[in-house]
Amino acid sequence: MNQINIEIKKKIFPLKTQNKQSQNLIFKNLNFTIKKGQFVSFFGPSGCGKTTLLNIISGLDKDFDGSVQTYKDATNSNISYMFQAPRLFPWLTAIENIKYPIKKRKNCEKIAFELIKKIGLEKYKNQYPNKLSGGMQRRIALARAFAPNPDILLLDEPFISIDKKVSNLLRKLLVKLWKKYKPIIVFVTHDLDEAIELADRICFLSNLPSKILLDYEINLRRPRNQDSKNFKTLKRLLSSTTSLKKKR
Amino acid sequence: MNTILKNELFRRFISIFFLILIWEIISRIVDDTIILPSPSNVAESIKYHASQDLFHHVYITLLRVFVAFFLAMIIGSSIGIVMGRKTKIDDYLDGWLILALNMPALVTIILCFIWFGLNEVAAVLAVTINKIPTVTVILREGTKAIDERLIQVGKIYNKSRFEIIKDILIPQLYPYFVSAARSGLALIWKIVLVVELLGRSNGVGFKINEFFSMFDTTSILAYTIVFVLIIMLIEWFLIKPCDKKLTEWR
Repeated sequence: MNQINIEIKKKIFPLKTQNKQSQNLIFKNLNFTIKKGQFVSFFGPSGCGKTTLLNIISGLDKDFDGSVQTYKDATNSNISYMFQAPRLFPWLTAIENIKYPIKKRKNCEKIAFELIKKIGLEKYKNQYPNKLSGGMQRRIALARAFAPNPDILLLDEPFISIDKKVSNLLRKLLVKLWKKYKPIIVFVTHDLDEAIELADRICFLSNLPSKILLDYEINLRRPRNQDSKNFKTLKRLLSSTTSLKKKR
Repeated sequence: MNTILKNELFRRFISIFFLILIWEIISRIVDDTIILPSPSNVAESIKYHASQDLFHHVYITLLRVFVAFFLAMIIGSSIGIVMGRKTKIDDYLDGWLILALNMPALVTIILCFIWFGLNEVAAVLAVTINKIPTVTVILREGTKAIDERLIQVGKIYNKSRFEIIKDILIPQLYPYFVSAARSGLALIWKIVLVVELLGRSNGVGFKINEFFSMFDTTSILAYTIVFVLIIMLIEWFLIKPCDKKLTEWR
């Protein structure tokens, strides 16, 4: 797989308020291409259809006008998705959760153990998720997302509502895993710092109906520091450009 | 003394001991074996019947209980899961379900005997029909509470429909299966006795009817205690461990 082509002609969301049917136009003519191994952040206000976009790319949401091409047939495509909540199976242990996507493969045991070591939770491999902290659950969800060695990995604000220290650690972990496995990553967030720190490329989404305000390649050297001068300058530049565009 | 009282098993033992003691006292006050025989009378009666045909009848009744139990669990949970998943089918069947829930057990039993004759099939069928609606209701609620977001995880990783049912749907229903099984066992064995009393010529219910016509309270209690003990053993050594195993992650 070399790239993904996304072409959404129209996506509407039916709304039901006080027995009146109305329709909410979410995307109209949203097209973009993502290259192999690229890490793309989508940044936008809440409610701008970020999750919907990921659901469309993942194939969970098929109710839209347009196409998602991944240069492999749909049943063969190797997509992985880390949701906003960890969504671990509470009846499976940590290691069984990581193994879940690749259960049928012969070497699943080995892959899962390697991953759990990478996230530093091998001591907890036989624990059930309910016994683990929120940060640990997310680390396991991250490991599970990498288990099938995906060509495309979708992440839906995976690091929100946890404390800064843990989310910093998780971001470092994500970059480390991404560098090793090199999937295409589509990362969705409403935290601009996070978006700039992680991605090769950042797309700004507008309010509904959502379109891409700005598509920018980030050339900052890694590892990036949110407090460095270059980082702050770039952040200011990007936010002023997009706020100008919004007004127009 | 205090340390002994802290032991859970000991407290349970004490509780049973007091029950027997109260029974003994009342039976002495009443002093009439037809109204209330003493515990020792009943114990002797158990010994006597055990040497006769007690275990034969208990075995027959247990067999009926298990066949009806498994049939009701399988049929009831299948209907319940389908109703929980498909709103339209739920709308169609909901009225029937309420009707079935409110049907008196006695009516189903008598109707089954009238329609199918006084035979084994009619007996087991009557019990099964009585139990199915409650299983259906429990499993329908369980299915409605299923976390759709976990099913999405299965879909992302290209799991087949069957795998999603087996690995994601069913595990979420474990607690509901256990609760249906618990209430089911308790309800079914009571209904089986009524069925046996009305239309069978063996089993615990049949024997109790026989003793009733002779006012033999001692034998009635003897049979009852043996049977209740067996059901309790099943609960302790079969259902409880299963429950623990299936829901240890909670």
